[in-house]
Amino acid sequence: MAVSNEQIKNKLVEKFGDQVFDFSEPYGMLTFEAPKALNLKVLQFLYDDETLKFRFLTDLQAVHYPNDAGRELAVVYHLHNLQDNVRIRFKVFTDIKQPDVYTATQLFATANWMERETYDFFGVNFVGHPDLRRILNVDEMDYFPLRKEYPLEDQSRVDKDDEMFGRGGNF
Amino acid sequence: MSDHILLPEGSIEKQTTTLNLGPTHPATHGVFQNVLEMDGERILSAEPTVGYIHRAFEKLAERRPLYQVTPITDRLNYCSSPINNMGWHMTCEKLLGVQTPKRVDYLRVIIMELARIADHLICNSIVGVDSGAFSGFLYVMQYRELIYEIYEEICGSRLTTNIGRIGGFERNFTPVAWQKLERFLREYPKVLKEFEDLFTRNRIFMERTIGAGPITAERALNYGFTGPNLRAAGVDYDVRVHTPYASYEDFDFTVPVGSTGDCYDRFLVRNQEMWQSLSIIEQALRKIQNMKGAEAEVYHADVPEYYLPKKEDVYTSMEALIWHFKIIMGEIEMPKGEVYHSVEGGNGELGFYLISDGGRTPYRLHFRRPCFIYYQAYPEIIKGAMLSDAIITMSSLNLIAGELDA
Repeated sequence: MAVSNEQIKNKLVEKFGDQVFDFSEPYGMLTFEAPKALNLKVLQFLYDDETLKFRFLTDLQAVHYPNDAGRELAVVYHLHNLQDNVRIRFKVFTDIKQPDVYTATQLFATANWMERETYDFFGVNFVGHPDLRRILNVDEMDYFPLRKEYPLEDQSRVDKDDEMFGRGGNF
Repeated sequence: MSDHILLPEGSIEKQTTTLNLGPTHPATHGVFQNVLEMDGERILSAEPTVGYIHRAFEKLAERRPLYQVTPITDRLNYCSSPINNMGWHMTCEKLLGVQTPKRVDYLRVIIMELARIADHLICNSIVGVDSGAFSGFLYVMQYRELIYEIYEEICGSRLTTNIGRIGGFERNFTPVAWQKLERFLREYPKVLKEFEDLFTRNRIFMERTIGAGPITAERALNYGFTGPNLRAAGVDYDVRVHTPYASYEDFDFTVPVGSTGDCYDRFLVRNQEMWQSLSIIEQALRKIQNMKGAEAEVYHADVPEYYLPKKEDVYTSMEALIWHFKIIMGEIEMPKGEVYHSVEGGNGELGFYLISDGGRTPYRLHFRRPCFIYYQAYPEIIKGAMLSDAIITMSSLNLIAGELDA
C-alpha cells in the first residue's frame, strides 16, 4: 500500500518534532525543510524506515536566494520511494558565508558528482565529501557562477534592460 | 619482467602504464577524457574528467522566457531531442496548469517513441561498431534518416528539433508525415529483425559483450541509474509506467528487464524497447484514426497566453498581433511555484526542476541529466576489465556528451 504524504509528514514530525517544518505540497510533491545540521539524520531516517523507504536519490541541487539573509543557499534533495512510487522534496538552507552541509555520499553513491556539481556552481561545501573538486567548470575558476550576483551579461551594457525580464534589474 | 631486464642501479621500476583515453578519441564517440592506470591490458583505475562541452545551460535559462529554453533542451541528449523538448513543454504546462487534449498526447507519444527508437538505434548499432561489426550501423542509419524526415515534415528541422509548443504542436501532422510514419511502421520491423539476427546470437558479439561492464541492481540504484541501463540490471523502473505523462497510461506495453546489467543485457533491453515503442506507435496511430469530428483535428490546447496565434490572424487582427509579440518577446509573467517533472528519455529519467518567482524567466532551472548521474559509476564498472571492454561499456551505457555536460 502506497504511503501517503500525510503519513510521511506524521512520521517525520513524530521522529523530529518541530525540527522539520514548512510542509507544503506544490503540485502534489511533499516538500519540507530541516536545519542543515540534521540533513543526514533526516535522509538516514527516510532511507531506513520500513514504511518510508526513500532509497533512491533522484536529484540534488542548490538554489541561491540572495535577499534571504542567513539562509541564502538552499540545497534541495529529490528523493524517490521506488517501491511505492512516492516522491518527496527535502530542503536545507545555509548561510552563504559558511556554506557547510554534510555530504550524503555515504548513503548514496550518486551524490558524489551531484554534490561536486553543486559545489562547482554554488560553492556549497559538502563536509566529508571524498573528492570535492570542480567538475564541469575549469579548475582555475575562482567564483561560483550560478550564484545570482554573477550576471549572465556584461553589466556595463546599456542597450539591454533587465526590466524586460520582469525583475527590475536587481541581479 | 624484471627477471629479464636489468635496470640501472637505483632506478625505480614503474609497474603500471598511464593511458590517456580521450578527450578526443574516435572510440569514445564524444568528448570524454579518462586517465587510465593500466597493468598490461587490464584497467586498475580510471579517472574520468567531464565538462569539455559545458555550456552553462542552467545559467542561460535564468535569462530566457519559456520558449527560448526549448532550443537549449535540444542540445542535451541530441540523439532524442523531441523527448527533451516535450519534457520541457510538459513541465511548463504543469506549472501553468494547462490540460492537453487526448489527441495532442497521442501525437506526442508518437514523436517521443520515434525519438526513443532513433536513440536506441544509434546506441545499439554503435555497440556493434565497437565490437567490430560496422554493417549493422550503416544498415539501420537509413531508418534513422526516415525518422528525421518525419520530424522535418512536422517541425522543419532534423537533429535539434525544437519541436512542439506549450499546449501541443505548431501545426497538424501533414498527410506526408502520416505517409512516412506508415512507411516506417511497415518497413522498420523487418529491418530491426534483421539487425537483431545480425547480433543477438552472433558468437563473436556474445563473446565480446556477455560479462563486459556488469553492474548489480543494488549498485545501479545506489548510483542513481535510470532507464535502459537500470532495467538491464533487473529493476523495472520506467517513468512512463510509474509516473505516466502524455497519457501513457492508455497504452499497453511491457517493460523489458535484464538480469546481469552487462553490455549484452543492455543491448537486449534496448532492442526489446524498440519493439515496444513500435507497438506503442501503432496503438497511438489506431487511437488517432478512431477519433471523430472536432476531436480528430485538434493539435494544440487552448492557451492563448503561450500558444502563438495563426499567422493570418497576426496580419489582420490587432489582438493576435499583440499576443504574437508578447509571446515572441517573452513578456508574460509566469505563476509562482516550483515544479519537478520527469520524462523517460533515451537514457533514463530526464527531470526538469523549475522554480518560478513570478517573473518572465525561470528563477532556477535544473536539468536532471541521466548521463551525468550514471557516468560516475564508470570507473567502478570497468575496474579490472580489458581496455577493449571499457570502450564497449562506454558506448553501451549510451553516454552523450551534450547531456553529460549540459
